[in-house]
Amino acid sequence: MSRSSVALAVLAMVLALFPFFAGNYALSVATLILYFAYTGQAWNVMMGFAGQLSLGHALYVGVGAYAAGALFFYYGIGPWAGLWLAMALCVAFGLVIGFLAFRFGISGVYFALLTIAFAEFTRIGFDHLAFTGGPGGMFLRVAQRDTWDLANFRGPPLMYYYAMLALTAAAFAFCTWLLRSKAGYYWQAIREDEEAARALGINAFRWKLLAVAISAAMTAISGVFFAFYYNNLFPEQIFNISRSIEIILGPVIGGVGTLFGPVLGAAVLTLLSDGITEALAAFGLDIPGIKQVFYGVVLLGVVMFLPNGIWPAIARRLRL
Amino acid sequence: MSLLDVRSVSKSFRGLRAVHDVSFAVPEGEIHAVIGPNGAGKTTTFNMIAGVYAPDQGAITFAGRPIHGLRADEICAAGIGRTFQIVKPFAGLSVLDNVMVGAFLRERHARAARALAASIVERLGLGAKRDLPAASLTLPERKRLEVARALATRPKLLLLDEVMAGLRPTECDQMVGVFRELNRTDGTTILLIEHVMRAVMALAQHIVVLHHGEVIARGAPQEVVRNPAVLECYLGEETEV
Repeated sequence: MSRSSVALAVLAMVLALFPFFAGNYALSVATLILYFAYTGQAWNVMMGFAGQLSLGHALYVGVGAYAAGALFFYYGIGPWAGLWLAMALCVAFGLVIGFLAFRFGISGVYFALLTIAFAEFTRIGFDHLAFTGGPGGMFLRVAQRDTWDLANFRGPPLMYYYAMLALTAAAFAFCTWLLRSKAGYYWQAIREDEEAARALGINAFRWKLLAVAISAAMTAISGVFFAFYYNNLFPEQIFNISRSIEIILGPVIGGVGTLFGPVLGAAVLTLLSDGITEALAAFGLDIPGIKQVFYGVVLLGVVMFLPNGIWPAIARRLRL
Repeated sequence: MSLLDVRSVSKSFRGLRAVHDVSFAVPEGEIHAVIGPNGAGKTTTFNMIAGVYAPDQGAITFAGRPIHGLRADEICAAGIGRTFQIVKPFAGLSVLDNVMVGAFLRERHARAARALAASIVERLGLGAKRDLPAASLTLPERKRLEVARALATRPKLLLLDEVMAGLRPTECDQMVGVFRELNRTDGTTILLIEHVMRAVMALAQHIVVLHHGEVIARGAPQEVVRNPAVLECYLGEETEV
């Protein structure tokens, strides 16, 4: 076995056994890390692999969450069925955005703006959609916290942790496979130089749409998880642009286009954010906004000194 | 029958007539060259064949099928591989991965694509560098990578856009050797656009000379280099062939 597969096996074991040592707080932080690792991985398919910058991934989280949430809320249909509707809707949204952009040659910054625009007008749309509760939000019946009801995805925090762990592991394996397949090569070629890619017989339009569709479908699952984990959905929160930024920070800090970057970035950022809160409390500092200042300074440091992200630097050091 | 047939193509850019009524044909299995001074319309002609843009007028057929107006990726899939004058490596990918991208056109599976790419990388003398990022290559190596990538798509016709420019004479001769061997063993038809007369004279069986977007001479290399019109507009005193 290679060094990296040994490292991966050790990490998987640690994560699988983690709940036996961790308290409730640590478990919820770990679940959040995995949530961002998974969602970051989904975003990375579009930006990291295919080079298409989305700043509106909250759109897919929100649409996925509302689709599965509404099915459960109104018809009692569990998330396993709702998942498919969520994915189908998100893929449809993604394809519309992708079609408009790639057909009319909108790329780079303008493409990113288009993704923001779609997320924003969907947010406004949901604000006026009475069916899902408008700005007042939609509330799912709160989970029974003591029994595992897998069919309806209701249960104790442990269940959500393992669900997110399974998703993150599956996404990691899927992305590893993607990157080593024809699709992965074609996406990277498009990312590096689209004209050269076309000259090698690559239908860039079609392959870029595929990247958007896969990324949207994966992110839809984040949304379903979000709905059933938090149980309340507000357009103002779930579609907010800060949510989109939150999603991309992990892979950006960890290493765009790498497989492990999104996972590492999510861990570093979430621990940093919570760590700063703890540390500030310990020092008795209670100045409004000081947490964000610390957070910003650290991000600035990473971007300045490790412009390719943390993971490539570590991978080199560990020879993985 | 000609593999490539360019018939009366014209192309203007905002009123600037880049190519006017240019016709030529490349028979299967031959090596032809297009030469001419800067701005003669060589690259425009090349780009029309490669599907970068469609001709305003005229027709281009490849293996008996009209290809003018097809997209670049469709042209490549039809069997025309091209290089870029200003090299365009996928800088972040390794040399082998660069070539694999091309190989995936005819090979579905990564294993087969890797095997094809590896043999082409060897053939072009990049074997020692196959795992290095393309960004680390020197210019002559990048030119060879361009050729390797195009070859990996298994073209019937290879379009070479000034692949010799910037190479030293020995490197140039090496490239000439590669193309000769390719033409002889695989039967690949080659159309080159080239300034380096040393390579043109060594490779081409037939030369088309463009000037101001029009064909001013055509024929066997030895005739063309003695043609007064060609000497005046292009070769001039630089006839060290």
